[in-house]
Formats: sequence, C-alpha cells, structure tokens
Amino acid sequence: MEIFESFKKTFLFIFIVIFPLTIITLGFSNFFEKEGNLGELKEKYSRKKISSVDHSKFEILQKDFKDPHEVTAACLSCHTERGKELMSTAHWNWEREEYIEGRGITYLGKKNLINNFCTGIMSNEPSCNKCHAGLGWTDKNFDFNNQLNIDCLVCHDKTGTYEKATGMGGHPPVGEEAPDYKNIVANVGRPMKHNCGYCHFNGGGGNNVKHGDLETALLNCDRNVDIHMAKDGLDMNCVDCHPAENHQVRGKYYAVSSSNKNRTYCTDCHNPAPHKQQILNEHTIKVDCRTCHIPHYAKVNPTKLYWDWSTAGAIKDGEGYSVKDSLGREVYTSKKGTFIWGTNVQPEYVWFNGTADHFLITDKIEKDTININTLFGSYDDPNSKIIPIKIHRGKQPYDLKYKTLLQAKLWATEKGEGAFWIDLNWDIALKIGMEYVGLPFSGQYGFINTKAYLPVSHMVSKSEDAVSCRECHNRNNSRLKNVPGVYIPATSYKKNINMAGTALMLLSLLGVLGHAALRIRASYKRKKLSI
Amino acid sequence: MKKVYIYKGFERFWHWTQSILIFTLAFTGFEVNGAYEVLGYETAVNVHNFSAISLIILIIFAIFWHFTTGEWKQYIPTKKNMKAQIEYYITGIFRNAPHPTRKTILSKLNPLQRLTYLALKIILIPLMVITGILYMLYRYGLNGEIHSLKIGSLEPIAILHTIGAFLILAFVIAHIYLTTTGHTPTSNIKAMITGWEELEDEDDDKKENNVNTEKNEKNENE
Repeated sequence: MEIFESFKKTFLFIFIVIFPLTIITLGFSNFFEKEGNLGELKEKYSRKKISSVDHSKFEILQKDFKDPHEVTAACLSCHTERGKELMSTAHWNWEREEYIEGRGITYLGKKNLINNFCTGIMSNEPSCNKCHAGLGWTDKNFDFNNQLNIDCLVCHDKTGTYEKATGMGGHPPVGEEAPDYKNIVANVGRPMKHNCGYCHFNGGGGNNVKHGDLETALLNCDRNVDIHMAKDGLDMNCVDCHPAENHQVRGKYYAVSSSNKNRTYCTDCHNPAPHKQQILNEHTIKVDCRTCHIPHYAKVNPTKLYWDWSTAGAIKDGEGYSVKDSLGREVYTSKKGTFIWGTNVQPEYVWFNGTADHFLITDKIEKDTININTLFGSYDDPNSKIIPIKIHRGKQPYDLKYKTLLQAKLWATEKGEGAFWIDLNWDIALKIGMEYVGLPFSGQYGFINTKAYLPVSHMVSKSEDAVSCRECHNRNNSRLKNVPGVYIPATSYKKNINMAGTALMLLSLLGVLGHAALRIRASYKRKKLSI
Repeated sequence: MKKVYIYKGFERFWHWTQSILIFTLAFTGFEVNGAYEVLGYETAVNVHNFSAISLIILIIFAIFWHFTTGEWKQYIPTKKNMKAQIEYYITGIFRNAPHPTRKTILSKLNPLQRLTYLALKIILIPLMVITGILYMLYRYGLNGEIHSLKIGSLEPIAILHTIGAFLILAFVIAHIYLTTTGHTPTSNIKAMITGWEELEDEDDDKKENNVNTEKNEKNENE
C-alpha cells in the first residue's frame, strides 16, 4: 500500500514534469525552423528563356563575313553602347582597379600577375591570350581602345562551333578553318555553359588543370557531379548565378582578384539559414556553405595539384619527352616539368573574408615557400568564414640575386626564338621573358616553392552527400584540423585535460575498489574470529 | 530499528531522473568530445541538448521543492562530527564500528555528505549549467538570421564544461560506492527506490522519531 502510494506520486510527477518538459524541449528544437525556398527556385530556373529577337532576320547579319572585326562592327551597329561597357570589364582589361591592404590602389590581373601554372602571360600573349575576349592580343601593342577588337562571339555564340586559333592572341582561325560566321551570327544570345567554359574550363593549359571545379564534364553531368548544372536536374547556366549587368559579370576568382566586392553568393538565391536543424544554421556564422556542400572537387577529370618546373628541360635522344602514368595522365614533360594530378580531391580549408593579396613580380622573396596569392581572414574577423580551397603547389624559377619571381618566355612558333617550350633552355627563356617585362635578371636562377590558394565554388553536391558532422568533428582526422584559431568540438579536444580527467576517474575507481577490498577482508576476518 | 519513510516521492523522482539524465549527458557528452563513436555525432549532440534542457527544467523544479519544503537546510554544512565521520571511513568501517552520524528525517546527511552535496549544488551543477547554456547559445538563430554572443571563443567554455564533467563522474563513482556503506550494502539504495529505510532507533529519540514518521506520512498522503 505504501509503495503504491509512492508510485502514485511518481506518476503524478511524470505527468506534471516530464510531459511539459518534453513539449518545451521539442518546441525549442523546432522553434526557429524556417520554410525553405527550394521549390520557388526550382520553378524559377526551370522556366525556358525565350529570346525576344531572332538574329537570323536582321539584314546586317545576312552577309558572308570574312573577318571577325566585321562581325563586331555589325554587332555594335545595333548594340551601340555595349562595346564601351565591355571595355570597362576584367574580361577585357585583364586587370582590376582594387584596394589591397598594405599596397593601396592596385591594377592587377592576368595582364601582370605571376601564377604557378604557366607563370604568366607576359611574352607569351599569342598563346595565353587565346582566352582574351578580344581579337589578336599578341603583344604590348594591342589596342585596348578599339571597340572592333572585341570578340563578341566567344561569349555569345549559341551554336558551340566558334573557335579561337592557337597562337593568334584570341583571333579565330583564318582561311579554311575560319568559323562559319553566317550560321553563328544567326544564333547569338545569352551565354551558355560552353561559352564560359571555352576559357574557364581550360585555365592552366587544359581541361580542369587550374580550377578543379570547372571543367568540360559540367556540360553534360548528373546530379552527383553538380546539383545546379546537372542535365538530370535544373541544367543551370553559369550566368544564372553569375548574372551580368552592363557586361559586368558578378562573381570573381581570387587567383587574380583582391577586394570584397561584386561577389556571387549562395545566399543570392538560397535562404541564409535554410537547414531544418537549427544547429546547422548556426554553423553558417563561421562556415561557408561551400565547406559542407562541396565535399570533393575534380569529380570527373583530374586537376593539377603540383607543378614542379625545376625538373623541366630534360632531354632524351636529343629531344624533350613526356611520361604518362597508368591512368594516362601526363606526369612529366620536358616542356613543363613534373606534375601531380588528383581526382575526387578533398579540399583544404582556410579562413577567408573576401580580400586577398598577390605576390607581385617586383616583390622580394624572403621565405622558402611563397604564397602566389594570400587569402585574408581569421576566426576573430566577423567577416571571415571557413571556405574550401584547392591549394596548387609548385616550384618555379626565381632570381637568386634579386630574389624575385621570374617570367619565362615559353611560347613561340619557331626554334631559336628563345621559347622554353621549344628550345628547352632556361637561361635564354628567362632572359627574354624578363627583358619583355622590363625588369632586371641577374642570370642566376633557382626554383622556389609556391602555393596558390584557389577557392572551390562549383561541383556542389546533393544535400545528402554534404560533409557529415563526423568528418569535421573527430579527434584524429578532421577536415578542419589545420584551420587555426577556432575551437571545434571533438577536433579541438584538449589532450591534457582528458588525460587528467581520466586519471581522476581511475583514481576514484581504484580508491573505492581498494576501500571495498579492505572492507570485505575485514568482515571476513571478523567472521573467522566469531567462529 | 525502525522503518521510516525518509525519501519523499518527488525527492526520489528527482534523484533517479537526474541520475538517468546525468548518465545520458555523460555518455553523449564524451561522444561529442570525440572520445568514442556510438550514437553518431548528430544524434549524440541532439540527445545531449535534449537531456540538458530536461535536466535544467528538472533542476528548476528541484530548487522550488527544496525551498518550499525546507529541505535545503539539509545541506547547511557543519563541523560537528566531521572528524569522526572521516575517521569512520578510514578506520571504523573496517572494525564494523557504528556510524558516527545518526540518520534521521531532519538530518539525512552526515557532515561529509552535507559538504559534498552543497559543493555539487552551488559549484559544480551551476558550472555545468552555465557553461552548457553558453555552449548551446553562443550561436543562436533569430528571425531566420544567425547571431552570436560576444564571446571571443568557445574554447574556455568547452574546457570548463569538460572539467566539470570529469568532476561529476568522479563524484558519481564515489557516490555509488558509498551507498554500500549503509546499514547493509543495499539498504541505502533500497531506501532511495522505495522511500523507506530502517534507521537506528535510540531510546532518547524514539518518540521524536515516531512523531516525525507519522507526520511525514501524513504529508505524503495530502
């Protein structure tokens, strides 16, 4: 009866305490849940874009164009102001006016920066500038003020047949190989994936070499490769996320950019706190969307992770040669040196606040390893978040005396012009390259370790493939183990405290066990005595 | 010996719920700390947070109960018998000597228990609750946006929370063992389950004790 009475009380308390407690706790976990906007977005981006004009009906486009400049003139005859617009963009100038902490206002870009792939365009314009949105930038004499030098078609050709020639500084082939201008101009419009990809997939000299997250496979991929651009998904275009206003395309790549402006964000479309689990939303204050949602890059074709120029130039049987690995990837070539490739690469992670610096060709080298570009950011900076990056490591020529990076002349058409890719001679290639740049070269060169920090922004995975809690929150092999300044539960556990705590528990256990043993022995003795 | 109703309904409910919650918190907490992988990180975090909120609510009820019933007075520390109690655990217990402190309804705790439980209540539990709440809320969502408390880093919070967890575990080990030092090895634990315990029954206090017992039963039935 007494026991029943006490149980009655317990039941009552379960009703009074446990029940409201459960409701309150459940309420807590769902309180902040916000409706996602995925449905809305899917509807918006699955709508077909219908062009308001049919360019094949314009009289001015009916003629047989022989020269791409004529095409540009025809475009500008209607789109009268577009030329000026384009000429103010980075796609044309290959430099941006930007402010860099410690340097002030700078004018930097592909035009004058040194990278750790092919090192730079200077003296190599005919080859590198195939990707310029212009026609024939082959040397310093290119006229940036002539609107007719703009190449409209590389971005606006919807047929996918427009090509630029190799070695003509962005000019298309002439003669037999010339593009079918009549067909192309009848099919111009909003840029498609293949337009942007013509250059952006091939950075560094081949498909996926530079970016790792931008490559030809995106033209025809499934949802496992890229949730946005998948053929079996929304099949979105680059310009859906990188829209342009007056030819200023939104979004930038910090291999060449420096300031925190005109960026494209996931949250341009998605809610800033879109997860059902509030604790995931809380992560977004310090963790960029990409960090969890791009678990791997280079999901289809390999990307270059390491490029060692110091081994370049080897000669076998009087000529340069190449070596391929079992997967058919070029791991050595006399023209370029040694490479390491990666497929399905897990990104590295850094703090980033949207501002960056670049190692200029005039900067002094003071360390064993230099950062080709430096991404700024830290835990304490409220504008910083952890982002995924590809770090491209390399070894490239520098001046042993002047301690500066060197620009080599790599490309030419003929033997004897001093181009490294033909003559395989560093002394001459570096001398000609530096002469072109107009900076001193001592003649003594070595090879310096370099790192380029390249943010990974594409190849977003399906939500179910996002990085799991455990991949970051674990003691030994966290993805974020090298990210400084942040306390990450599990990852940042304090070994000393856990050891001391474990010792305390063991001592307590030993103490009570010892005490118990003594008690048992004493009671055994007492029994013996009483017998 | 006299059978006495010493632990009331709420007291027992509070004790056992608290013990379940603390074990759950310890188990999931050390998974969050990365010591092992059993439930999966996400589940461990969610169970830990759920149990934590449950425990905080329970603690609020318990505080209310302590003050309304006057039970809080049980934890007022005293020096009286302190030395004897220490000596009892070091030597007396092996000689089967009598308990130096007599357990009554008005004074359930010996001087060492008083001090330990008081420290638990005013230092360790508040430490865990405060660091726990900061841990949970230093990032919080409001109106679809994420905000942050102006705390430099989670690190000191997490460290204090972990230290507290180890101290509670050490307490639990000693606490469980010391339950066996009652009249019989299981008499204390039985008392905490049923509420009834056989207490020593000295002639001097017999009357008072009986009165208390009756009074208490009366209270229970109300």
